[in-house]
Amino acid sequence: MVIQDESKRRSFPKPEFTDAEAGAVDFPSSESRSYNYFTPKKKRATVYEDVTVDVQPDTDRYLSQGWIYAFQNGPGGYPLEWTKLESADWHRFRDPNEEWEKTIYHNNANVVRQIQQNLENAKKAGAYDGWSRGWTRFVERHLGAWMHVENGLGMHVFVAAQRSGPTNMINTAIAVNSAHKMRFAQDLALYNLDLSESIEDFDGSAHRSTWHSEPVWQPVREVVENLTAIEDWAEALFTTNVVFESLVGVLFRSHLVMQIAARNGDYVTPTLVGAGENDYERDLKYTRELFAMLVGDPEHSAANKRTLQEWVDKWAPRCCDAARELQPIWSQPQEKVITFNESWSAAVDGFRSLLTEFDLEEPKELAK
Amino acid sequence: MSRQSLSKAHQKITELSWEPSFATPAQRFGTDYTFDKSPKKDPLKQIMRSYFPMEEEKDDRVYGAMDGAIRGNMFRQVQERWMEWQKLFLSIIPFPEISAARAMPMAIDAVPNPQIHNGLAVQMIDEVRHSTIQMNLKRLYMNHYVDPAGFDMSEQAWANSYSGTIGRQFGESFITGDAITAANVYLTVIAETAFTNTLFVAMPGEAAANGDYLLPTVFHSVQSDESRHISNGYSILLMALADEDNRVLLERDLRHAWWNNHCVVDAAIGTFIEYGTKDRRKDRDSYAEMWRRWIYDDYYRSYLLPLEKYGLEIPHDLVEESWNRIVNKFYVHRVAQFFATGWPVNFWRIDPMTDEDFEWFEEKYPGWYNQFGRWWEAYNRLRYPGRNKPIAFEDVGYEYPHRCWSCMVPCLIREDMVVDKVDGQWKTYCSETCHWTDAVAFRPTYQGRETPNMGRLTGTREWESLYHNWDLADVLKDLQYVRDDGRTLIPQPHLDLDDGKKLWTLDDIRGIPFASPNIALNEMSDEEREQHVAAYRANPNVTA
Repeated sequence: MVIQDESKRRSFPKPEFTDAEAGAVDFPSSESRSYNYFTPKKKRATVYEDVTVDVQPDTDRYLSQGWIYAFQNGPGGYPLEWTKLESADWHRFRDPNEEWEKTIYHNNANVVRQIQQNLENAKKAGAYDGWSRGWTRFVERHLGAWMHVENGLGMHVFVAAQRSGPTNMINTAIAVNSAHKMRFAQDLALYNLDLSESIEDFDGSAHRSTWHSEPVWQPVREVVENLTAIEDWAEALFTTNVVFESLVGVLFRSHLVMQIAARNGDYVTPTLVGAGENDYERDLKYTRELFAMLVGDPEHSAANKRTLQEWVDKWAPRCCDAARELQPIWSQPQEKVITFNESWSAAVDGFRSLLTEFDLEEPKELAK
Repeated sequence: MSRQSLSKAHQKITELSWEPSFATPAQRFGTDYTFDKSPKKDPLKQIMRSYFPMEEEKDDRVYGAMDGAIRGNMFRQVQERWMEWQKLFLSIIPFPEISAARAMPMAIDAVPNPQIHNGLAVQMIDEVRHSTIQMNLKRLYMNHYVDPAGFDMSEQAWANSYSGTIGRQFGESFITGDAITAANVYLTVIAETAFTNTLFVAMPGEAAANGDYLLPTVFHSVQSDESRHISNGYSILLMALADEDNRVLLERDLRHAWWNNHCVVDAAIGTFIEYGTKDRRKDRDSYAEMWRRWIYDDYYRSYLLPLEKYGLEIPHDLVEESWNRIVNKFYVHRVAQFFATGWPVNFWRIDPMTDEDFEWFEEKYPGWYNQFGRWWEAYNRLRYPGRNKPIAFEDVGYEYPHRCWSCMVPCLIREDMVVDKVDGQWKTYCSETCHWTDAVAFRPTYQGRETPNMGRLTGTREWESLYHNWDLADVLKDLQYVRDDGRTLIPQPHLDLDDGKKLWTLDDIRGIPFASPNIALNEMSDEEREQHVAAYRANPNVTA
């Protein structure tokens, strides 16, 4: 017989059966098993709606005591005045991508895993051996310069803007947008590192001098820096995702890099840039949903359209100029698969289609 | 990814930032701190390539456990006493989490260090994770726990209840006012580094003891992200310390942030742990013992005290007074008693205490019975409707408290209450420090220097003012804390759901007038107010 020393007896909690599971008792509200403080977009709320709606409160909804802290010279919380646009009900917006934590990690983890596998495989297969000197310089300098665009916009447009929108649904969609941008920027940077280690004369620092001082990139850098300087969160979002991305981002990624890489013997770069392009398509979906809601607003449609038109008229010329300044890089690769005019035409078509969707006028600079 | 590869990769991504020459990022949020002389400090290295798969793996574990809990009928063994308090806790916490995400650009604006920007941007994504994973946990509780009422209206109830503002400070404080005060000192240096220990480690342990192993699953996963956040905060703190001009602001903010966190977090988490548990083993740590271990020893002695070597004045007096309030002044117990007094305007149910609970409290907090025992006996006696009003409206020797204008927890340690006319209104404060917070710290000047970026206290800060002279039944209807039969209240002062006669309805509380102590205070003459305040401070508030 073992005699247990009382002083050494382990102490542990003793859970008990309580029968506290759903359906154990019938009483008022015993079947009330959905969040009942918001109207779902469809018949039943999605998980995305359940975990997102109303987490950021609003004095126009339930916040009865108001915001309890304020800035010294203005209100606290999420003032509607932080954008010039207005809405009869900002809370109507739902992210069509239904992003919440599971989708963020699932999608982005898949992308980085796939990219890492591609890069490992490319090294093993000697994928970079066949690159021409011209293409190597193109990737080193111009794709290298693009990583700065993605990071600058991710960090100083989207991370910044997700503090300011009036609902959690808007701010979370913007936060996910920023995560995409920064991940893509890092994908490009780490690809650049890989290439530095794999290609003997690949200059891993050339992207900085290209971005800082090469004349073709300076107008792009100027636009990007000015985008980060916008104070109105909706202007920053609209001008970046609708104007800049259509005229410069898609032009460079889709209508240049994606078109010419393979013909220059590079099947690796499109897998990275394609992932970034896919991110943008995803982010454009929520952007279109938001601004379509605002231009169709029952009370503020006309005023919102006027404001958006002002933003288009202000930013489209700058973006057109920046895009046109990039024209020389179309002739740098050995295999010139596509002309600048063809690429530009495709980019402009996409931009026109967005303007039509928002019922906005085309700026005259597009026709030049 | 190996450590060497991670270092190399991290070094590479530092090349992404550049010094702008055409335009600089918009400064939406200001700070009175300066970083001109600061050496750049690196936080923990983190790159997206390893971050996303790591978090996905953590998520998979959490969601696997959730599936397992449902398949294993976890709710057959959860304590209702515990789950009811989760209606309050899980209504509060997703907002601070998402606020932390929103706070990140404020810190990015303020601190000129791209390495820290990267860390803060990753933290932003973490915080979106925390907010939505917690909302999803609550959704699971709502779907599988016996009484979903309260969970089902969670974000609405949190936004309009008297208790929401207590929690809301732990969120609004992250995103408002001076960017460094808010997003660094309050959020990271104090809230995340000190108080998440009791929030995310101590409390989940208690959940497991009450049959709920999903709260630890989710919150320990959340806590595992906090070390990176702590590193972000510490890096910024060291940068701020490099400039002598920041010292007075840092000392102000450490006092404000420490004291406010103590007031609101200890009030809430202390109550959940001490009054939500059924585990009354005498060798189970009390909240006070947990606090001593996690906050006093692990945080104060290991993190805060070493900052003295930088010449920073640490708020030793406030740390000691927090401990004194918890151990000697029964702070947590007074808060729990207040929550239970206010049961009719809650959106959860509160289980009465039993003899076993009494014995445990007396063992852990000697003198507890003399202060609170008979009141809890009265709470038990008055728990059903029909022959009496709710306990707050019966004469049991309990005087309803004034609300602290700063921390918004009531002035429960009555002898410590401060009364002052601030901004033209008579206001009550739970302590000298809370009075200082409003009257001195949250002002556009501090110790003779301009502090134009410091925040200010706003809003209808006494909840009771919203319903002054209302009928209690109308208050409940306005709050919508009524079950789906249109008459039974969501809150109940007991857990007995099996007999409809034991459930309070609107009819049981109709005709009871509701009043605001602050409006009454401001309607008094000077002489009346002095007498009232003296009597308030002297009243031991003990049930005979």
